[in-house]
Amino acid sequence: MAFTGDCAVAALLERPDIWRGDSLSRAGARGIPSGFSGLDAELPGGGWPAGALTEVLPAHEGIGELRLLGPVLAALSQRGLWLAWIAPPHLPYAPALSAAGIDIAKLVIVRTASAKETLWATEQALRSNACGAVLAWLPKVRCAAKYAELRRLQIAAEGGRAPVFLFRSPEIASESSPAALRIALGTAGGGLAVRVLKRRGTPLTHPVLLPAMPPAVRGKHSNPHVDRHPVPATAARNFPARFVHA
Amino acid sequence: MAVSAALALAPRLRIVPRDPAGETEALLGIGGWAAQFTPGVAIEFPDSVLLEVSGSLRLFGGLESIVERLRRGTTELGWSTVLAGAPTPRAASWLALAGEQKFIGAAARLEEALAALPVEVLRREDETHAALEAIGVRTLGELRALPREGVARRFGQRLLDDLDRAFGALPDPRNFFAPPTRFRASIELPAEVTQAEALLFAARRLVVQLAGFLAARSGGVQRFALRLGHRDQATTEIAIGLIAPSRDAEHFTLLLRERLSGLALRAPVRAIALEADDVVPLAGRNLGLLLEEGKPPGHWEHLVERLRSRLGAGAVHGLASRAEHRPERTVASAEPDSRQPHLDFGERPFWLLDRPRPLAETGAVPHYEGPLELLAGPERIESGWWDGGDIARDYFVARTRNEALVWIYRERRGEGGWYLHGLFA
Repeated sequence: MAFTGDCAVAALLERPDIWRGDSLSRAGARGIPSGFSGLDAELPGGGWPAGALTEVLPAHEGIGELRLLGPVLAALSQRGLWLAWIAPPHLPYAPALSAAGIDIAKLVIVRTASAKETLWATEQALRSNACGAVLAWLPKVRCAAKYAELRRLQIAAEGGRAPVFLFRSPEIASESSPAALRIALGTAGGGLAVRVLKRRGTPLTHPVLLPAMPPAVRGKHSNPHVDRHPVPATAARNFPARFVHA
Repeated sequence: MAVSAALALAPRLRIVPRDPAGETEALLGIGGWAAQFTPGVAIEFPDSVLLEVSGSLRLFGGLESIVERLRRGTTELGWSTVLAGAPTPRAASWLALAGEQKFIGAAARLEEALAALPVEVLRREDETHAALEAIGVRTLGELRALPREGVARRFGQRLLDDLDRAFGALPDPRNFFAPPTRFRASIELPAEVTQAEALLFAARRLVVQLAGFLAARSGGVQRFALRLGHRDQATTEIAIGLIAPSRDAEHFTLLLRERLSGLALRAPVRAIALEADDVVPLAGRNLGLLLEEGKPPGHWEHLVERLRSRLGAGAVHGLASRAEHRPERTVASAEPDSRQPHLDFGERPFWLLDRPRPLAETGAVPHYEGPLELLAGPERIESGWWDGGDIARDYFVARTRNEALVWIYRERRGEGGWYLHGLFA
């Protein structure tokens, strides 16, 4: 009796759609390398989840949310895959993208007039399975209907190989979400501090620190034209206290 | 039966006059659609389309599969059909006329199958049929059993020749139908339609016909138009443009759905027509040797067209970079996938603001979310005196109190001042 019971459990645990809370998600779901080895080591599958939602919650606009994605976007675009940018808050600036190795010919920028259109366009991009990566900037909508809409996106993403990055405001960190990965971005010592709020598997308690400064700034420490104030050592000081582990 | 007699039997009968021109158009439409299965399509007016399929059986995976495609396709086109097959074209059309949905592969079985058919399938003049009935001949088998000389004398040699062709004793060459170079098909709607979305169902029939027509020509279209006919007004035209030629009926339907869903009709619609003029060659797609895991990759052109059909053409674009020093003129919108020169500008932010935002300044320090700390600069950009859009600026990389990196400049002309122009993100 015990034997058959064990077998049933073992068979159940082999299912790819079941993951166990005590281990990182199985290797079957291989991730897309982020280009930062320190981060890859902490992400299930060794990279950004493919065919699943990743929520990116930057503490402030401009602290490095795109530099974080630079390597993966460069790698995907150089393989000839399409990058869909849906409802970006500003104009993606071609010279900087080129300098980061991103092939700007592979960019498709979608402007939308409402939150509904943004969600619709994102869903179309995922359903078409024509993109190497999908980036979408979701407006601050009231959370009520939100979960169902995100769930639709998650279902649309499944079966594809594209990583999907949803940029949202840090206020929603405490809301539940169907995303496979949720990360909050802050800064620490001039670099980028990535805090994994949710991943498949065991929660991660310490932030991953990444050197994400633009190279010219890192190199120029003694520019005669510029006063340089000492950078206070404020590790991860930009994380609002209400961030919780999901 | 007279119309009055019919109305007496069924008072709610709807009387519609027969439309021979419409029948011909429909038959030609089916012929053009069916040409995707074989180049050998012959039209037999007024009601039959003959397909020579023996050369196509392998390609389409056998007779059953081809019959299933024909059945499904003609249903989608909105017709009910009787499908029959035989080794000779005449035998196949007679079987279909008799309503026998039979597929006879071997010539040996032809004799037996045809013998049971009624003589009406011969479609002779009324006198001939009356004479046949008078001598008690009801089936083709009974007719064949009569002495040939007698039949030839009473009914003419042509009747005998017809029989011989059906049984395969005489050759029966056909003129194959050549599909027109342009596609044009229309449907009279059974009732006036006031909701644009309700047109999609009828339009779908035309789209399927278009896809078949294009498959037959190994071509695709880059633009097509749906015309909506009204009672007293000029037609409404909905033009659909594609990035790359296609003949995908599902994709066409999706594009029409997006366009129709946002359309307010000026007047009720009585008829719709689909037109496509420029058919361009389009190669078929080869399947990969190994099936790749997951969903098959989609066409990005389809995605872009789908998004544009709802959001507008200008809402979906790619980027182009230009050899130009003024930051706001370095980038422009372009069609996605246009080749770009690789230009090196030094340190540039990922985000450029649509227009520079003036920054407050206290004690010679610019403020954005608090005082800014300058990290790198200045990079002097002076350019554009020749076209009136000249600038003179000193750009700096600065850090905000929140440790975001921003791209700011100090205006060197006029009143000066600090401006935020980009975010390094």
